[in-house]
Amino acid sequence: MTRKFPKVTVWRAIFAAILLSGLYATYLRVVYGLGGSTNLSDKFPWGLWIGFDVMCGVALAAGGFTLVAMVHIFNVKTYKPVLRPAILTAFLGYCLVVVGLLYDLGRPDRLWHPLVMWNPHSVMFEVAWCVTLYSTVLFLEFLPVVFEKFGLHKPLEWVHSISVPLMILGVLLSTLHQSSLGSLFLIVPEKEYPLWYSPLLPLLFFISSLAAGLAMTIFESWHSSRAFGRALELPLLASMGRVLAVVMSVYLWIRFLDLAHRGVFGLLLRNRIETWLFALEILLMIVPTILLYQPKVRMRPGALYACAVMAVFSLIANRLNVGTTGLEAGSGTHYVPRWSEVAVTLSIVGAGFAIFHAVARYFPIFEAHSEEQAPENVGETEADPVAMR
Amino acid sequence: MSKAILYDSTLCIGCKACEGACADRWGLPYDDKIAAEEKISAHKLTAIETHGDKFCRLLCMNCLQPACVSVCPVGALQKTALGPVTYDAEKCMGCRYCMQACPFQVPTYEWNARLPRMRKCNMCYERESQGKLTACSVACPTGATKNGDRDELIGEAQKRLADTPNHYYQKIYGLKEVGGTSVLFLSAVPFDQIGLRTGEPQEPLPETTWRVLELLPDVVSTGAVLLGGIWWITNRRDEVAKAEGQRK
Repeated sequence: MTRKFPKVTVWRAIFAAILLSGLYATYLRVVYGLGGSTNLSDKFPWGLWIGFDVMCGVALAAGGFTLVAMVHIFNVKTYKPVLRPAILTAFLGYCLVVVGLLYDLGRPDRLWHPLVMWNPHSVMFEVAWCVTLYSTVLFLEFLPVVFEKFGLHKPLEWVHSISVPLMILGVLLSTLHQSSLGSLFLIVPEKEYPLWYSPLLPLLFFISSLAAGLAMTIFESWHSSRAFGRALELPLLASMGRVLAVVMSVYLWIRFLDLAHRGVFGLLLRNRIETWLFALEILLMIVPTILLYQPKVRMRPGALYACAVMAVFSLIANRLNVGTTGLEAGSGTHYVPRWSEVAVTLSIVGAGFAIFHAVARYFPIFEAHSEEQAPENVGETEADPVAMR
Repeated sequence: MSKAILYDSTLCIGCKACEGACADRWGLPYDDKIAAEEKISAHKLTAIETHGDKFCRLLCMNCLQPACVSVCPVGALQKTALGPVTYDAEKCMGCRYCMQACPFQVPTYEWNARLPRMRKCNMCYERESQGKLTACSVACPTGATKNGDRDELIGEAQKRLADTPNHYYQKIYGLKEVGGTSVLFLSAVPFDQIGLRTGEPQEPLPETTWRVLELLPDVVSTGAVLLGGIWWITNRRDEVAKAEGQRK
C-alpha cells in the first residue's frame, strides 16, 4: 500500500503548526516592519532574534570547530565518527543564523554592507567578517560529503589538499567570533547587570561555546541514533561527556573568580529576577558537571543525554541573560517577546531539525568512513582519547 | 574648534520652541500632540522633559568619543572634526548596535517603516558647516540653549557657576561623562533630579571594546603558529609510527 501523504503524528502536527505561525509572522515582519512584528523599542533595540537566533545559534554550532580541532589538529581520532554530524550542525547553524539576521536587520537587503564598508573598530564588523568567512570554510569542510555521495574523486582530492590550512583557519575564525559575541556587550557597562557584565565576557563566551559544541554533539548523536535506528556510540560519547565536564568546570571556576574579583556576590542576596535567572543558568551547568564526573552516569545513555540537554539550556539561558534580560534594568524598560518573534524563532529551530534529518538521511553523515580503525574495537569500556593514540 | 551646545536648565522656561525649530529643520510634523510627548523618538529628535518646576532637554550628546561611531559595522556614523556626529542612512543596514551601545539611549528607529532608518539629532551639521548656529539655539527665546565653540562654552558655564554659586549645582554635565560630550548641561539641582543618567563611566566607551579588538592580530598570528605546530607534531608522530611499522 502506498501512502500519498506522510503519516500525521503529534510531532509532525506540532511542526506544521509552528511553521504556519512562522509563515504568518514572516508576513507581518515584511509588511508591517519590525514595529508590527516585534516588541522592540527605542530603549530596547535587541530582542529574541539577536539573543536566541544569533547568539545561541552561533554558540550551539560550535561543535563544528571544537571537533575539527580535536580530531584533525590534536589528532584524537576516537572522535572521528561524530565529526561529520558536528560539521553539518555547524554549517546548518550558521545558515540559520543568517536567516535570523535577515529577520532582525532593519534593512536585510544590506546584509553585505560590512564586507565593503569597513569599520575595524566595530566588534560587529569583526563578527560579520568572521561569520562570512567561517560559513565558507564550513561549506568547504562539508563538501567532501557531497563529493563522496556522487563519487566525484577529482574535486574530493582537491578539497583534501587544502584541508589542513582550511581547518586551522576555521578554528581561528571561530575562536575570534565566538569570543567577539561576548565583546559586543563590553560597550554597555552602565546597562548590563553586574552579574553578567565582565571584562572577561569574550573569554567566558569562548569557553562556554566549547561546552555548548560538545553538549550539542552528544545531543544530536542521541537523537539521530533514535531517528535512524543506529547504535549509539556510547563509549565515545561518554568520553566526550567527561571532556564536557572538564570544560564546564574550567568555565565555572573562571566565572566565579570573576564574580569574586568584581565583588558582586552581594547582588545574589537581592530578590530580583536577575538573581533567579543567574541561579538557573549556573545550576543548569553545575548539576551536569557534577553528574558527568561519575563514570556510572556517563555510561547510561539517558543520563548522559539529560546532562547534555542541561548544558545546552545553560548556554541558552546565559546568552539570553547577557543579550536581553541582563539589559532590561539598565535600559529602564521591560521586554517580553511578541508571539511573532517566538514563532519565527521556533520555525528556525524546527527547520534546523528537519533539514538536518533530511541531509543525514540522504548523505553519508553517520557512516563510519573506513580509512581509520573501525570504532568497534573500542569495546564496552569508555573510550579514552589519550590511550587511543 | 569643535562646536558644542550649552543647555542651562535654570534658564529654560519649557516653551518648547527648540522642539518646533528642530522639527522644521528635519521636515518632521509638529503639533500639540507631538509637543506633549516628553521623549525623543524617530519623529521627534529633541524633547523638553518636565521635572516638577524644572526642565531638561533631551538630544544627541554628540560625544567626543562616541560609542555609536565605534560600534557601527558599516561606518554609517562619523564624528566630524566640527563636533557633530553624523549619520549616513544609505550605509546603515539596521543592526541597531548604535542604539544598544549609546549610553544616553539617544538613537531612535523608524520601527514601522518598511525601509527604516535610525534617527537622531546631528547638531545641525549642515548649518554648522556653513557657519550658522543650530536651529534650536536660534529659536531659544531665553538663551537656555546656546551654541558655540566647546571651550568657550565651558568657560561660559564655569563663569555662571562662579558668578551665582547659589543658583547652580556646582558641576557641568558632559565635561567628563564618557570622556566628554559636545552637549553640556547646567542645573540648579543634582543632575539625576532632572533625569540625566549620573552613573556614566568617565572612560570613553570605545576603549572597552578596542582593548579586546586590538589583540586580534596577536591572537591570529599566535593561534595560527600554535595550531599549525600542534598539527605538524601529531601528524609527524603518525607518519613515524607508520614508517616504523613498515620497517618491521
